[in-house]
Amino acid sequence: MVNEPHRRPKPEEFLAQAEQEERLKHRGRLKVFLGYASGVGKSFQMFDEGRRRRERGEDVVVCGVQPQYPPEVAAVLQRLEVIPTWKIGEAECIDVPAVIRRHPQVAVIDGLAYDNPPGSPNAHRWQDVEQLLEAGISVVASVNIQYLERLHDEIERITGKRTPYIIPRGFLDNNADEIVVVDAPAMESLLRGAAPADRAALAAEEHKLSQLRELALLVAAGVVDRQLERYLRSHGMDQSWGVQERILVCVTPRSNAASMLESGRRNAERFHGELYAAYVQQPALSRKDRAILRQNLAYAHQLGAHTESLRGLQPADAILKFAREKGITQIFVGHSLREGAWRRLWSSMIDRLIRSAEGIDVVVYPH
Amino acid sequence: MSSSTPTNRESGTDTQGNRRGRLKVFLGYAAGVGKTFRMLEEGQRLKRQGIDAVVGYFEPHDRKNTIARSEGLEVVPRRKLSYRGSSFEEMDTAAILQRHPSVCLVDEMAHTNVPGSERPKRWEDIHVLLDAGINVYTTLNVQHLESLNDQVFQISGIRVRETVPDWVVKQADEVVMVDATTGALLNRLKRGEVYDPEKAQRAVENFFKESTLAALRELALRQTARELELREEEISQASESSRAEQPIGAQTQDRILIHLTADPSTAMLIRRGRRVADFMGAECFAVFVSPHPDLASLPKEEREAVEKHLNLARNLHIETRVLEGGDAAETLVDFARRNQVTQIVLARPRYGWLSRLPGGNFPLKVIRKATDMRVVIVAERRQTH
Repeated sequence: MVNEPHRRPKPEEFLAQAEQEERLKHRGRLKVFLGYASGVGKSFQMFDEGRRRRERGEDVVVCGVQPQYPPEVAAVLQRLEVIPTWKIGEAECIDVPAVIRRHPQVAVIDGLAYDNPPGSPNAHRWQDVEQLLEAGISVVASVNIQYLERLHDEIERITGKRTPYIIPRGFLDNNADEIVVVDAPAMESLLRGAAPADRAALAAEEHKLSQLRELALLVAAGVVDRQLERYLRSHGMDQSWGVQERILVCVTPRSNAASMLESGRRNAERFHGELYAAYVQQPALSRKDRAILRQNLAYAHQLGAHTESLRGLQPADAILKFAREKGITQIFVGHSLREGAWRRLWSSMIDRLIRSAEGIDVVVYPH
Repeated sequence: MSSSTPTNRESGTDTQGNRRGRLKVFLGYAAGVGKTFRMLEEGQRLKRQGIDAVVGYFEPHDRKNTIARSEGLEVVPRRKLSYRGSSFEEMDTAAILQRHPSVCLVDEMAHTNVPGSERPKRWEDIHVLLDAGINVYTTLNVQHLESLNDQVFQISGIRVRETVPDWVVKQADEVVMVDATTGALLNRLKRGEVYDPEKAQRAVENFFKESTLAALRELALRQTARELELREEEISQASESSRAEQPIGAQTQDRILIHLTADPSTAMLIRRGRRVADFMGAECFAVFVSPHPDLASLPKEEREAVEKHLNLARNLHIETRVLEGGDAAETLVDFARRNQVTQIVLARPRYGWLSRLPGGNFPLKVIRKATDMRVVIVAERRQTH
C-alpha cells in the first residue's frame, strides 16, 4: 500500500489490540477445517495436518474421532496418538480431564458439532473445546457448515431441513484463529457417502450439495475479507481494497432511482459486494421532489443499501469524497432528460465526476 | 454476434463418437498451498481404485511431502529440448498420447513452453490430451487467469506474464479450491518447504506479503464459488430449455460493447468487459472505429497496438469489428443502437488540455448521444498495494 497514507491507529484500537494479544498469549489457538458436507475430505486433511505437525516435533494428540473411516484416513490416524473418548450409551464424548492431564500442544477433534449426552459436564462439544483452549491447548477441528447457527436459514432454504446440532453464532467468530475450507466436487462427496441410486434423485442431491459448496466458499471468503480488514487496520492502513465490489447509487428526485437501485443490487449480489445509496442535499426542493426522494431512499433501504445524505456545494465532489471513504468501486448516476440550462449543469457535473473519479468506474444510466 | 463463450462441457462426444476427456482444475492462490500435493493424492486414490492414472508432468520443487505423494505413480518421461545452448524439459505430449492413460496429471497449467516446442502453452497441450479422450487433472493459481490480471496487479503490484484465457478454465468440468491459511503458507515458506532460502526471501518481498496473500486467497475463493455458480446455471438452463415452449426473448439479454482503441488502457478494458459479461451472462463484442477505410493506412505504431488489442479480445472469445467513421462517438453509438447494445464500455481517458476544447471530451460525447443505453466509464483501479 505504497500510495496510501499510513494512518495512526486510534487509542481504542490500540487497547482492543493489546487485550486481544494478552488473551491470545495464554489461550490455545483454534484452527477449523470447514466443509460443506460429509465426504468432502475434512478428516483426511485435518489428520494429515496433525501428522505433519507431529513429524515436525509438535506434541499432537487426537481426542475426538468418528466411528468409521475410509482406508486412507485410517492409515494417517494410525500414525497419531489417540486419547479414547468416553462412551455414554451410544454417544461418544471427549475425555476433557484426561486431555488436560495429558496436556498436548495440539488436540485434534474430528467433528465440532456434537451434543454431549445428558449428564455430561458440558452439554455441547464446542464447550469442551472452549475448555481446552482456556487450558492453553491448541485445537484443530473439523466442522460441517450445515451445523453453523449463523447459516441456519440459508441451509434450510437449500436443504429444506433444520439441522439438530448447532455451533452458536459467535463461537467461530470469537475463537477461530484460522479457517480453512475443504473443497471437493459435490458428486465426489456424494459417491463417498450414501448416494441415491435413482438418477433424478442423484441429480437433485448434487444440486443441493453444490449450493452448500458455494455457500462454504463464500463464507470462507467473507472470513478472509474480515481478517484482511483487521490486518490492514492494525497496520494503520485504510480499507481501499478492490477484491469486493462496492457500488454507490446516486439518488436524486429526477433520476430513475428504482431501476438503478435494482441493477445496483443485482450487481452487488453477483459480485458478492455491498450496495450504498446517497443523495446530495439540495436547497429549495419542491414538496413533490422531496416526496419522491423520500420514496427512493426508502426503496434503497428496503433493497439492503446503506443510505447516506451528503452535503457540499459541488455535488460531484461530495459524492467522490464519500466514495473514497467507503472504498467504492462503481458509482451509478442517472442520465438527465431535461433540456437547456439544466442539461448543461448536469453535463458539467458528470464531467467533473468522471475527471476526478480516478480508480472508480462511473456508470451512467438511461431513463 | 455469437453467444458469449462457447463451452463444450456438456457436449460429451464429437462427430466421430469419441468422448472428450474431462478436465479438473485444482485452483490455489500461491505456490505452496498444496495444489500439486492434492492432485497427486487424488492420483493415488484413482490408482487404488484400479483406474489407469499417470503423471504427465509434475514439478517436484524439492518438496519432500509432495515427492512422497508421487511415489508409486507411473511417470511419463519428459521430453528434452535445447534452446540457446541450455537444455529444458517439457511435458512429452506425444508420448502421453501413445501411452493413452485414462487420467493424466499435469502440473502448472499456466506454464509457457520453451520456444521450439510444438505448442507455445501447456494448456494447449492439455487440450490435445482432452481431445484424444484422456481425462486431465491440472493445477492453477488464481493470479494466472487472464481476466484477473489487472486486479492481481492492483493487489500485488506484480504484472503476471503467464496467463490462461478464462474460457479454458470455464471449459473445465470441475474447479476445486485448494485452500490453506496465509499463516500456514508463510510458515511453510519460512521452513523452506516452498522455495530454497534465496528464492523464499525474494518471495516474501514480493508476492508473499500477508495482505497480498489474503487478498489473493479471497479472490480464489470467490472465483471458485463463481465457477461453481456458472456450472449450476448452465445445468438449470439446460433443463429449462429442454422443457418445451420456452417463450423466446422472455429473458432480457444484456449486450456489452467495448470501445477498442490503440491506448494501452484498452487491454484492461477488454478484460473488465469480459469479466462483467461473464458475470451477467451477457454477449460481448469489441469495436475499433478507424478514421481510414482500412487498418493498413493507420500509422504503424497505432496499427500494431490496435491489432494487439483485437487479438487479445479474440483470445478471450470476444467478437471484434473494425468500423470506419470520422466521428468515433457517433459511429460507436450508431453501431450500438443498431445492434441492441445495452451497455457501452469506455476507458476513462487521460485528461489533458485537449479535452478542454469544445467537443474534445470523448466519454461526455458518447453519454450525450447514448441516452437510451448504459455507458460505463471504466477507470484503471488504483494500485492499493
